[in-house]
Amino acid sequence: MEKTFDWFGARGVGLRKSGSDREYAGAVDGIDRVELVLLSAGEIPRELAAGNIHLGVTGSDLVREKLANWDARVAELAPMGFGGADLIIAVPQAWVDVATLDDLDAAAAAFRRTHGFRLRIATKYHRLVREFLREQGVADYQLIDSQGATEGTVKNETAEAIADITSTGETLRANGLKILDDGLIHASQATLFRGRRRDWTDQQRETLKVLMRVLDI
Amino acid sequence: MPTTSQTRNEARRLRDGFAALGAQVIKADVLQPAETLLDLYGEDIRARSYLTSDPLRGEMVLRPDFTVPVVQMHMESRADPARYTYAGKVFRKQESDETRANEYVQVGYEVFDGQDPSSADAEVFAAIADGLAGLPVRAATGDIGVLMAAVRGLRTTDARKAALLRHIWRPGRFRALLKRFGSGKVPTARAALLASTDPFAGSGPDIGLRTRAEVQARIDALRADAAVAPIAAEEIALIDAILGLRETATNVLSALRDIAVDMPAIGDAVVGMDARMAALSKRGIDVDTLEFEGSYGRTSLEYYDGFVFGFYAIDRPDLPPVATGGRYDALTAQLGQGRAVPAVGGVIRPDLALGLRIC
Repeated sequence: MEKTFDWFGARGVGLRKSGSDREYAGAVDGIDRVELVLLSAGEIPRELAAGNIHLGVTGSDLVREKLANWDARVAELAPMGFGGADLIIAVPQAWVDVATLDDLDAAAAAFRRTHGFRLRIATKYHRLVREFLREQGVADYQLIDSQGATEGTVKNETAEAIADITSTGETLRANGLKILDDGLIHASQATLFRGRRRDWTDQQRETLKVLMRVLDI
Repeated sequence: MPTTSQTRNEARRLRDGFAALGAQVIKADVLQPAETLLDLYGEDIRARSYLTSDPLRGEMVLRPDFTVPVVQMHMESRADPARYTYAGKVFRKQESDETRANEYVQVGYEVFDGQDPSSADAEVFAAIADGLAGLPVRAATGDIGVLMAAVRGLRTTDARKAALLRHIWRPGRFRALLKRFGSGKVPTARAALLASTDPFAGSGPDIGLRTRAEVQARIDALRADAAVAPIAAEEIALIDAILGLRETATNVLSALRDIAVDMPAIGDAVVGMDARMAALSKRGIDVDTLEFEGSYGRTSLEYYDGFVFGFYAIDRPDLPPVATGGRYDALTAQLGQGRAVPAVGGVIRPDLALGLRIC
């Protein structure tokens, strides 16, 4: 939130929280007819698509994961240059035979023959991971839902590999995992999105134009 | 768009037509256990169908088609030969195109008859063509069995053939594998691994279910594979030639006969195709104008392993196919716990067929 405020502030639009620290209300200075709503990053894609908010700042990964056909429903106005994190596929370092998706696919085939079930990949990014692996032609895997502490699932034997967000890879290494050479699914960063304009009033469209001019985007 | 009752009437007309050919009318539950489909198709099925969980029965799915329940029903009844027809709704998630229906009626005709596969192929194709008689549609056909026979006939190891066969339905990965097997080169990272005397040196903790023995087994397999001669360029060219075929069935047959001279392994499949075309002609299908594509049917779900076909609206390339079908012997083998029954079937979408009739 602070970095978003800084980004807008550097461009002449003041965003700040109003009221006490516990309240999720905000105020905007430097431009008229713009209101600030503070929402969890995960809810912003849905609210944008539903038209409940007109603009939103959230991770580009979350928009792609939560909205089917995302680019027909929202538009990317500006990448904001912070909040960078990569959605990647990682496997145990002990799998010295697996460095690429091609290896993962072959290992998955052998794993299924040996263990009688598909190789499990723990993730919360089901859509992005499934689409990526389908495009890449990887078979014989299954996705296991993991909403947190995903790096630990391999050690706990609830998954054989993971697909998760990482910025430095430190946590992965600490958990005995390594990133596949071609396992980058999406390089995410904080991004300013616009929702569908279908139901916007003329005044709202005009306000967006002014805002974009002020922000120089 | 036809109304619901128009669609229902058309579905009944088609189903009655199939029943008149000797098919038994059957029904299937809308809600099916998901396990079989997940086992057959893996994660892709989640993107294509509606899965839900039942507190007692586990994962369930709104039937994405009738094939699996029909095969299961047939395997229990053990009737042979058998013909079935059905009409009912199927449910498909549409993740990228919201104009496509996510629930629609399918009317199907399925033949379980191992006596004469060519004749059964022709029977199903003709039955579907008959159901669409008079509509502005064109048929496309293919035969995945020819490609599979070509792969089985490659002069290379069984492991390489198995890897290629596993990816018959994933053209991108199939192409990449074929290229690698033909290059004789080992990727750099892999060459380092294979050259190492202790591949596990400093490899991190052994975690997870995949054991060190399994990793070692794959390294051994990779070592063995690195010693194998590349697949000859001529053989790869023949596979490419088969995939690139796009002509009338008659011309494709003569091209395949030429290819079979250099690749005798596809001989039986070509004989089978010849027999099927004779059977199609006997049923009044003009094989001299029938389209055939060497790679047709490779991007659908992994059902079909032989004859495949689809009927498309001539002036509406934007529409999904009005009818599709094919042979799925491997599916019955997988669901039949070792007991395979040759099977071929097709489905018509009465809503799309009616739409063409009305306009």
